[in-house]
Amino acid sequence: MAHKILIVDDEPNIVISLEFLMKKEGFEVAVATDGEEAMAKVASFDPDLILLDVMMPKKSGFEVCEALRADPARAGLLIVMLTAKGRDTEVAKGLAIGADAYVTKPFSTKDLLSRVKDMLGMA
Amino acid sequence: MKAKHRFALAVVVLGLLMTGPFVVTSLLVWLDMREAERNLLTELLLSRLPVGTMMTVFGFVIGVMVLHKLFKQYVEGLLRMAETLRLMLSANRNFRVTPDGPPEVQQLARAANDLAQQRDELMDDVDAQIARAKASVEEEKNRLAALMSELAQAVVVCNLDGRILLYNNRARLQFKALAQGPTSVSGGALIGLGRSIFSILEKNQVQHAQEVIRQRLDAGKAALSNFITTTRGGQLLRAQMVPVLSAGVEGAAAMSGYVLTVENITRSLEQEARRDQALHSLTEGSRSALGSIRAAVTNLIDYPDMEPELRERFVKVVDDEAAKMSQRLDQTMAEFSDSMKARWPLEEVLGIDIIAAAQGRIDEKLKLPTKTEEMDDALWIKADSYSLVLALVFVAAKLQDHYEPRELRFRLTAEGKLAYLDLIWAGPAMSSETFYTWEMESMHVGGDTAPLSLRDMIDRHGGEIWYQREKAAHRAFFRFVLPVATPVAEQQEERSRASNRPEYYDFDLFNFADKSIDLDRKLRDLTYTVFDTETTGLEPSNGDEIIQIGAARIVNNRLLRQEIFNQLVDPECPLKPESIPIHGITDDMVRGQPTIGAVLPAFHEFCEDTVLIAHNAAFDMRFLQLKEEQTGIRFSQPVLDTLLLSAVIHPNQESHKLDVILERLGIQIGSRHNALEDALATGEVFLKMVPMLEDMGIVTVRQALDAAAKTYFARVKY
Repeated sequence: MAHKILIVDDEPNIVISLEFLMKKEGFEVAVATDGEEAMAKVASFDPDLILLDVMMPKKSGFEVCEALRADPARAGLLIVMLTAKGRDTEVAKGLAIGADAYVTKPFSTKDLLSRVKDMLGMA
Repeated sequence: MKAKHRFALAVVVLGLLMTGPFVVTSLLVWLDMREAERNLLTELLLSRLPVGTMMTVFGFVIGVMVLHKLFKQYVEGLLRMAETLRLMLSANRNFRVTPDGPPEVQQLARAANDLAQQRDELMDDVDAQIARAKASVEEEKNRLAALMSELAQAVVVCNLDGRILLYNNRARLQFKALAQGPTSVSGGALIGLGRSIFSILEKNQVQHAQEVIRQRLDAGKAALSNFITTTRGGQLLRAQMVPVLSAGVEGAAAMSGYVLTVENITRSLEQEARRDQALHSLTEGSRSALGSIRAAVTNLIDYPDMEPELRERFVKVVDDEAAKMSQRLDQTMAEFSDSMKARWPLEEVLGIDIIAAAQGRIDEKLKLPTKTEEMDDALWIKADSYSLVLALVFVAAKLQDHYEPRELRFRLTAEGKLAYLDLIWAGPAMSSETFYTWEMESMHVGGDTAPLSLRDMIDRHGGEIWYQREKAAHRAFFRFVLPVATPVAEQQEERSRASNRPEYYDFDLFNFADKSIDLDRKLRDLTYTVFDTETTGLEPSNGDEIIQIGAARIVNNRLLRQEIFNQLVDPECPLKPESIPIHGITDDMVRGQPTIGAVLPAFHEFCEDTVLIAHNAAFDMRFLQLKEEQTGIRFSQPVLDTLLLSAVIHPNQESHKLDVILERLGIQIGSRHNALEDALATGEVFLKMVPMLEDMGIVTVRQALDAAAKTYFARVKY
């Protein structure tokens, strides 16, 4: 069965590329464009991995990440934070609140893909 | 015994000496004789008695005359000499005894004169030495004060109580700029000799810094402390404190005060923050856009066989994000351009000063005459004056080498935010290539060289330079375009007043601790505010209002002409036409000025901890009192009235008007009948009166108040 990936970002221009790429690689993909929708999609879609943007309306990526990590039922969910915030302090924060990886924009989609596969044990 | 009595006694003694032996001998012979012999003798003597008496009287007279002469010369002469010697001792040092009388007395007089001469020489010598020492101390003080006033940093020296002993001009301007409020001197940033620094800087922080310095002193470390504090107006100040040390009793240095250098860092912090923001907007802001582009481009490359519709969408993403990025870049540059450029330290200078300096150098180095044309003499520019002057001289030298102009002319004009500094000459057209090589050459004129080229210099200034011809006038010019600076307004005010020696220091204040008003303190030790008001009329209770308050401070027996309060007040009612010639203030002048409700709190703050002085103070105080209820401001400090004090000193004079007193005390004042000028005149009068009052035994404020209250004039009511 294909791994399920949830893409959460309010920028349609990055979502379109990621969605295209992940589908091409054979993943089952869902998209959310803000924090609240992300929480709902996690419940309905039950993804294996989330690509989570930090700066979003309604609920920031940090908040979503914290909420997900507070739920023991979701302990196995992998979280990759995507962000335009490149400071060391923010990277540290992302990892500290439970993200499994922290990727700073702009990134190489190839690297991201291999990272995702690696995390899902597909390498 | 008085000299006269002694003379009378001497005469009696002489008489007795002349007649006594004869009488006694005669008596003894008489007693020894028999009856017949006595008769014979009587007969013999009686017939010759007149001759004998005459001889005796004659001898006696001669004796008295000799005695009188001797007495005059030796006794009275010496007495006179003693008096003149006393005179020489006290009142008149230059008096000398006239040698007179017998040689012995004359010798004594000469010896006394010689002694006096010797003493005078010694005294003159001592006086001269004291004067020299004083002058050198004074000179040192002035040199220090001059140095301080020229410093670009704000410097304030305080004693341990936080009283200001010295401040420089920069400090004055900086704190004046901090003051916020409707009047010239309000807002809680009052700087002044003897005032407390704590009205400007947070007391706890200053004391903490003091404590840090003490600890560092004890530990033998460099005594210095830094702190950053916020003012009431929200400005950020960085202060550095170093101690003023005086040799302690056990040889250990004790802190007797401190020097604060204060810098307002609000602006530089703001600029830094803006620069940060710009950087942030350029980096973080670009990340998402770049991320989208990169992902889209990678997809386009990696999947060349995707459907045309999808391809279209990815291309659109790239186009879209690239446009967004350019837009952001433009926006950021527009918003932050001010803080992005000019990291080179540029100072604010008057354009004409730069030109004057360049003219001097061109004359000195190139012997080339220069003139000026249209000059905007109020134009301040942002420049590094050294490299700018060097550039002007460099261009002048180049022109001289290539075109040998007879003279150069300068022109300075402003165009919006740009200053145009033109160097004009008459001559043939030059090629733009020539000028281009000049621009790139490193500048050197005579002995002066700079690794900079003209281009570097102009880039540093964020400016431009070009060559332009004025065809009609057959001449050409180089135009230096430089950024215009907005100068601090106060600096110009300072220029006009620079003739006076600054009064920013008073080192005697080191020994002047608690300054709260104690009525039993000496008059000459207190701090005063002399003030005067101009009013719409003479009847405060009948609706007349204050239209101007002028005041100055007296600290340590000195009238400080630079620590003044001078404020026009809008009376919110029309001025009486008949009063205008008296105070010279017109309706136009007071309209738009703050009202009394805004001015009184500021004036109250200016007067804090001082005794008030005014001429005919009851009049001015009545006006202030009538505003008590409206403004909630009470002037509760003691008030001295120079009119009453004049009546104390000269009770028999008819007039105690300010003009009359000024004349009586020999005080020369320029203009009058302006609140500030009158306040200053009143201050001069008071300072003259202090020693006169002291001669009358009126030494303390309490005594002065009591004496004034007893005069007739004190009974006049307003």
